[in-house]
Amino acid sequence: MISNTSSVRESLKRRDIIFNIFVYTLLVIFALIVIFPFWWMIITSFKSYGDYNAEVVPTLIAVSPTVENFIKVFTDVPLARYILNTVIYSVSTTALMLVISIPAAFAFARLDFRGKDILFTLFLALMMIPSELVIITNFVTVTELNLRNTFTGLILPSASSVFYVYLLKESFSAVPNELYLAAKVDGTSDLKFMLKVMTPVCKPTVITVTLLKLIECWNAYVWPRLITDEETHFLVSNGIQQLRESGFGRENVPAMMAAVVVISVPLILLFLIFRGRIMEGVARGGSKG
Amino acid sequence: MKITLNSVTKIFPSRSRKKPEPVVAVNDFTFEFPDGRLVAILGPSGCGKSTTLHLISGLEKPTGGRIFFGDTDMTEIPAEGRGVGLVFQSYALYPHLSVLRNITFPLENLKGENKLTREEREARAYEAARLVQIDELMDRRPSELSGGQMQRVAIARALVKLPSVLLLDEPLSNLDARLRLRTREEIRRIQRATGITTLFVTHDQEEAMSISDLIVVMKDGVIMQTGKPQEVYDDPACLFVATFLGTPPINVILAEVRDGGLYIGNAEVMRVAGAPDGEVYCAIRPEGFAPSEDGALPCGLSEVEVMGRDVSAVCTHPSLISDEMRVIIPSDTELDASSDTVKFNLKPHKVYLFDKQTEKRIYFDL
Amino acid sequence: MKFNKYKAWLYLAPALVFLLAFMVYPLIDVLVYSFEEGFNSASQTYFGVGFYNYSYVLSDPYFLSAVGNTFILVFITVPLSTFLSLVISLALASIKKLRELFQTVYFLPYVTNTLAVGLVFMILFRPTPHSDGLVNAFLGLFGISPIDFIDGPYAMKMLVLCLYTVWTVMPFKILVLTSALLSVKEEYYNAARIDGTPRLRIITKITLPMISPTLFYLIITGFIGAFKAYSDAVALFGVNLNVAGMNTIVGYIYDMLYGEGGGYPSYASAAAIILFLIILTVTAINLTVSRRRTFY
Repeated sequence: MISNTSSVRESLKRRDIIFNIFVYTLLVIFALIVIFPFWWMIITSFKSYGDYNAEVVPTLIAVSPTVENFIKVFTDVPLARYILNTVIYSVSTTALMLVISIPAAFAFARLDFRGKDILFTLFLALMMIPSELVIITNFVTVTELNLRNTFTGLILPSASSVFYVYLLKESFSAVPNELYLAAKVDGTSDLKFMLKVMTPVCKPTVITVTLLKLIECWNAYVWPRLITDEETHFLVSNGIQQLRESGFGRENVPAMMAAVVVISVPLILLFLIFRGRIMEGVARGGSKG
Repeated sequence: MKITLNSVTKIFPSRSRKKPEPVVAVNDFTFEFPDGRLVAILGPSGCGKSTTLHLISGLEKPTGGRIFFGDTDMTEIPAEGRGVGLVFQSYALYPHLSVLRNITFPLENLKGENKLTREEREARAYEAARLVQIDELMDRRPSELSGGQMQRVAIARALVKLPSVLLLDEPLSNLDARLRLRTREEIRRIQRATGITTLFVTHDQEEAMSISDLIVVMKDGVIMQTGKPQEVYDDPACLFVATFLGTPPINVILAEVRDGGLYIGNAEVMRVAGAPDGEVYCAIRPEGFAPSEDGALPCGLSEVEVMGRDVSAVCTHPSLISDEMRVIIPSDTELDASSDTVKFNLKPHKVYLFDKQTEKRIYFDL
Repeated sequence: MKFNKYKAWLYLAPALVFLLAFMVYPLIDVLVYSFEEGFNSASQTYFGVGFYNYSYVLSDPYFLSAVGNTFILVFITVPLSTFLSLVISLALASIKKLRELFQTVYFLPYVTNTLAVGLVFMILFRPTPHSDGLVNAFLGLFGISPIDFIDGPYAMKMLVLCLYTVWTVMPFKILVLTSALLSVKEEYYNAARIDGTPRLRIITKITLPMISPTLFYLIITGFIGAFKAYSDAVALFGVNLNVAGMNTIVGYIYDMLYGEGGGYPSYASAAAIILFLIILTVTAINLTVSRRRTFY
């Protein structure tokens, strides 16, 4: 009897081990598939133009690493300019988004007014409208206002976000109402309460929303492409696209990869630092773009 | 400062579709809270006691009636302008601020000539903190405090602006039993020390009875009775007040008055001269029974518990409104615990009669 | 007191102004555009009102090819990416060690620039001066002769596009599915295990029904997202998607709006409305099916 159960336990244990080997193998293979493009772009960016093109069999390490490509991307093309533009665009758009979204979320979460429920429902309905539908008119509007190739034209239509108002409102609503009443009894104005209590208390959500918007802006391609056709206002996406079309005079793959590395690193760093916040925010229903 | 409520009424529009009629939370509330006293507003949940507190604080605007602080009409003044101190049931401490900043927060809102410098604010905060004995916790965050400490911080935050009135909403309900006893003494002490008119809301009659100068008993938005705790206990105006006050609760028996005699079942148990004939509720405090061989009220005896000083007996009677009744008698009284029955005489001043329809008190000659 | 009544609107005003200007007005306007025939953006004039823009778009071979491409892309990548994500998520949920590390790695593509990594993909699939490219080199190990993925046959281009799309959409799905799987209470699994239920049966009879709302949410949003595919294709095949024969509906809209052959907001609007109707129909079908299948 005893030997019987122990042999059953042995076979179950063996099955568990086999299962685990299988699972980890699967996960490692998939991790390699995900990592590989990143690895490849990094090592290629350290290869010289000649080395890369002379390869008969592609190599997965840089035999004689060089940083010439990284110098090239800042001297041959205005990548620094693109990065600066993208930083200006991302930071201003995100700041503006917060400035308009926090009061709106606060009003929906805390203030009483006629038609609040209807307005909020309409608000949510706007979430389902694909941006492709409205981008046409926005393009025409911005063109007619002569705002092409300006930061104003780039930023204004990107700043409103129903989804982030929704996320903030949910978080604001979760703050106990008594905190609001206490502040009122203490003579705090609504504005002060919003700035001094609500926003700090909901800091995690505010940070999440900020990060998600920054990522969204950094990766924006369609709108900048429609609105800018001068290098002075190109964002990194346009820059990459331009590199892809015209290269560096000749098709210089290692230099392209260096550019890709340079524009990817800031976001990857941001992600690694705020991993938890970002993943949590996205899991709550964020979608790309 | 004395607080006067004059026919104050609060009607909330219906929130549910199933019950379209509006809810009358507070109905024709008229009372003068005397200066410098500790007053408890007592009632079961949903009786409108918290709404009354919110009306006084200005968080809610009355549908009708006037509210005076001293002689000043405050009815139209919003909460920001009333200068009341309010302690919430959940304490409502700002989680992102330290204890010190929580306490100074109300002072940061002062404007114009009342504006205080940072040093003045902190001095005032420390003064309030010392009063409630939390001046050693000033750098902590609310999440690092125990329930009792949070309660003290909330009181300090309410006191720091030298309020005209201090309002406490269920101040003890979030504390465990031992802390509750200590904290209620503490509230009494702080109130005495500051002399600030203090109102607190509670559903716990023991809490209300033990520390307050006056109690206001409410039910369904209406004041049922007001007075000193012992007076209200000894002289309830209606059946609700009689049943709501006292532990163990009062025993209610269906009875009848015939020719100045009180009949329970077929037995005349007491003379009640002056009471009109008719069916009544007879309410008897647990301590209103005297066991006796020739007692007038025969009862079933189901359990006897000796509790040191007293003996608590669980008895039954067919006319009881509830399943059983609690009787408390001194332990030196003779009671045959092995017997199935027991006979009692009633102590007249522990017996109250109420009209069966209106549930109002019927007085009789003692 | 009077001021209080309007205060809420003061707080809402900035957001409302932005939404009205850049979402609500454009929404109405795009409908108007789509019915204005022969609109000239320079002179702001049009000839008449009718369905001409729609009939033009619907008979434009570029549009039809874009619709074809989009549908192929949608019906390959949505099931494939959802299934693969589910497998990976189940694997992730069944382990404890290293789970966070794997999750972080798998999420990386989400935070990287689509255009940038698309460029990397393209180069992996393309020959270099002295080799057939890395993917071909890998395939060569299995005796498969070199394939021109980027400039070659249609099926190969579509294959690359599908692969890249799957690679970019999986991070989101894995994240959402894994958190759904991890929120299923341990007791259900323990109860099933005590009953001696085999692993596969636990998955099909307990796990999947429990996370079915999440699964359907992902399928629905997956369809919507895939119908709007564009950047991935640009990343792989460049902005002249029509020349490459790899255009998508969204790409067609932008081409009509701007760039070479652009300047036709009316056609773009009609195409956008058609896209919207397609998405609406597919979403409605999805919702009907999911309502019948979901267990909550």
